[in-house]
Amino acid sequence: MKRFIGFVKKEFLHIFRDFRTLIILFGIPTAQILIFGFVVSTEIKEADIAFLDLSKDEVTQKISEKFCSSGFFRRTDNLYSYNDIDEVLKSGKAKAVVIFGENFGRDLTSNGKASISIVADGSEPNTATFITNYASAIINDFNREFVPDGSTDKFLVQSEVSMFYNPELKGHFMFVPGVIAYILILICALMTSITITREKEFGTMEVLLVSPLKPIQIIVGKVVPYFILSFVNVIVILLLSRLVFDLPVKGSLLLLLAESMLYILMSLSLGLFISTVSKTMQQAIFISLVGLLLPTIVLSGFIFPIENMPKIYNIVTLILPPRYFIVIIKNIMIKGTGFLYIWKETLILIVMTAIFIGLSVKKFKIRLE
Amino acid sequence: MTSRKVISVKNLVKKFGHFVANDNLNFDVYEGEIFGFLGANGAGKTTAIRILSGLLQPTSGEVTVAGFDAKKYPEKIKKSIGYMCQKFSLYQDLTVSENIMLYGGIYGIRKKVIKERTNDLLKRLHFEEYGNRLISTLPLGLKQKLAFSVAILHEPKIVFLDEPTGGVDPIARRQFWELIYEAASEGITVFVTTHYMDEAEYCDRVSIMNDGKIVALDTPTELKNQYSASSIEEVFVKIARPNRN
Repeated sequence: MKRFIGFVKKEFLHIFRDFRTLIILFGIPTAQILIFGFVVSTEIKEADIAFLDLSKDEVTQKISEKFCSSGFFRRTDNLYSYNDIDEVLKSGKAKAVVIFGENFGRDLTSNGKASISIVADGSEPNTATFITNYASAIINDFNREFVPDGSTDKFLVQSEVSMFYNPELKGHFMFVPGVIAYILILICALMTSITITREKEFGTMEVLLVSPLKPIQIIVGKVVPYFILSFVNVIVILLLSRLVFDLPVKGSLLLLLAESMLYILMSLSLGLFISTVSKTMQQAIFISLVGLLLPTIVLSGFIFPIENMPKIYNIVTLILPPRYFIVIIKNIMIKGTGFLYIWKETLILIVMTAIFIGLSVKKFKIRLE
Repeated sequence: MTSRKVISVKNLVKKFGHFVANDNLNFDVYEGEIFGFLGANGAGKTTAIRILSGLLQPTSGEVTVAGFDAKKYPEKIKKSIGYMCQKFSLYQDLTVSENIMLYGGIYGIRKKVIKERTNDLLKRLHFEEYGNRLISTLPLGLKQKLAFSVAILHEPKIVFLDEPTGGVDPIARRQFWELIYEAASEGITVFVTTHYMDEAEYCDRVSIMNDGKIVALDTPTELKNQYSASSIEEVFVKIARPNRN
């Protein structure tokens, strides 16, 4: 055991002495979280909107107040005629105009039905989509207050689904699980495969194998530091998302950490496997980056919904571990569900870990022969 | 030779599938001896060293190293041997003393003892001021000497050197061999493979492998007499390339 500890210590020395390794381990995750959080913002705050209120009654007053108090919209102008709409959108003073027709109030009280028009600036499609979504959500909300027994509008049903777990449509909710999943697999697999192929390339592996250390001790000794540091990473990411983005963990934190450990283990064994199939560090880096980075970002459901992919890609995603982990984190962090809802994904990750370890052991033995 | 055998190899055969890497090897190595192991690339030297150091299992035959059967107790063998390979085997990003501490620890030496031996070692190599230097900042000749000293830090019975002086200049090689002699005089058996034929002359006995077989084994002087050659290099060429002469 003493031998083993000395060996692990040395691995830590390697890590802390190499500036690049430290950057990869801690700099990149932090940067990713902050970049995705602030730059790739998928939500709107205080979008400028104008109101064209031709009905001018108590209800329209209420609705426009609701808009402005939501925090998503800011009233920049009150229009008095349809002719002003074009002008206010073109000048960029408002991104959208909310229009109450002349008979809005009357229709609502007599028929129980009235329609609001929202005209958005389509030259910025993303913003426009968000604005209309938010707006319909606010109207939806208002409807529920106004007509408690349910609503008639088709629109409402639609927005209800996408808003259920993310009432404010927070962008962070989408990317934090994705970033955790892809950062962990990338770092763990990359670092493990690099550290092991480095020993092979420098010839130190041979010396270690001839030493009284058992092969399993060598492998575990090399992997333990990365396991610990990756776990620290998870905690850092969770803290960042809590402190900077105000994104809490709804479900059991313990379960989330346990699942993260499993996922780290899976990623480390994947790295181990990569190291057994690559002869040089370059090869290991290449396989890790090309083989993991792109598929994880594009196909794991991190950015693009898996349901919308063509069937063939959908099948490809089945072999990507992050796909399952993203489901797990989303469930625990955002929906707050328990183990019962994610046991399948957990099982798949366990099986994947076992497969990677098994393959590595087999490969390792063949190489020794 | 009056001293004891530390390596005994009888009818050693190692096959990889149909390929016979070691074809019925027989030899003994004695305590304190410098045993040269020569052969062209692919002659089976590396396989033999791996079997002797407990990394590979022989297909058949009896191999005893440092008193332990290589088939049954490879782990015990590993504890009583040292090993230094052609590729440089210390960690470049660790300091001299950290490397020594690491290997000492791996071989289960107590910290206090490691520190004593580190001091001795650095003094002997006139390295005192290098203790806290990173390995990567040292010249190759120094690194090689250090690697050897680390390989025998745990005072093994046998040390295996697999082409230890590759890429080192003649003066550094000469100094390196002084270290080997010193170790041998302290009773450590040195088992060395080399490409440099002049180094073969420094050995007590030399074996020459060809196509998985040991084709010659004797003292350098005897070998030269037998093959009526003026140097081991000539002997080697006559054995390895018999058709060209």
